[in-house]
Amino acid sequence: MTQSADKLIIGGREFTSRLMVGTGKYASFEQTARALELSGAEIITVAVRRVNLDRSKESLLDYIDLKKYTLLPNTAGCYTADEAVRTCRLAREAGMSDFVKLEVLGDEKTLFPDNEELLKAAKILVAEGFTVLPYCSDDVIVCKKLEALGCAAVMPLGAPIGSGLGIRNPYNIRIILENVSVPVIVDAGVGSASDAAIAMELGCAGVLMNTAIAGAQDPLAMAEAMKLAVIAGRLSFKAGRIPRKLYANASSPLDGLIG
Amino acid sequence: MQIVLNGDSVETADGCTVGALLQQLGISRERVAVELNADIIPKGDYEKQLLSDGDKIEIVHFVGGG
Repeated sequence: MTQSADKLIIGGREFTSRLMVGTGKYASFEQTARALELSGAEIITVAVRRVNLDRSKESLLDYIDLKKYTLLPNTAGCYTADEAVRTCRLAREAGMSDFVKLEVLGDEKTLFPDNEELLKAAKILVAEGFTVLPYCSDDVIVCKKLEALGCAAVMPLGAPIGSGLGIRNPYNIRIILENVSVPVIVDAGVGSASDAAIAMELGCAGVLMNTAIAGAQDPLAMAEAMKLAVIAGRLSFKAGRIPRKLYANASSPLDGLIG
Repeated sequence: MQIVLNGDSVETADGCTVGALLQQLGISRERVAVELNADIIPKGDYEKQLLSDGDKIEIVHFVGGG
């Protein structure tokens, strides 16, 4: 299968890149814009916050070509369904798009999702016509419920947000992949390019990350590394890996050995 | 009259509309959303939506985030 034919479809929209990146924590807006470009991402997350009334401050969107990217506003910092729904409504009005990354957090230390509030918010938002991409636990039951509510994808965490611990429970991700039909996107936990490749090799539809790129010593190099890792991981998944075996299996023919 | 703008108490002229407030603040309406007493004001209503004493206004936009 060629890469060009292998499109990611979310909410009826087609994407070529399977890497989604956040826009937080960069040293400057210039660096953000450059990293986005090098990552090849087409979907980028943003947060919704009060406008700084000091007019001298520049805005992120002054640096980003909105024709090139689909904005995915998040509900970061929301701890209740009500707050998250309110934030999504504001995001739709500000961005004129129905795409939202829904996250409802449970506590500040782990930033783990509050799945009960998440389900409540997802139900309301789907009914209001949003294309909901929920950040959730790597729990197949929650993912199935989110799918049943009409979410356009499910985005289980690989590890806590910003932790860089990688995919802590690949078996849970596999179980989710086998039991839901919507795209499964690993969101949070990726630390390095190999983590992204592992998510893709498991069969995930995509990977979403922010800190792994923005927090790297060289964010621009890491943006490119992640782009390549997601492409490589996807191709590797599609290619179908060899089975794991305990003992060797020679690659060179045994026939015609000298002596 | 006094309004509460993004959490701060601000003095504004009587008869001020949402549109006039944005203009006064130098905020481009394209990429913001405005909430008046917890209800979103559609962009098309900015000019006719009058503000009253004590109104709570939130003006939000997109910032970097993950």
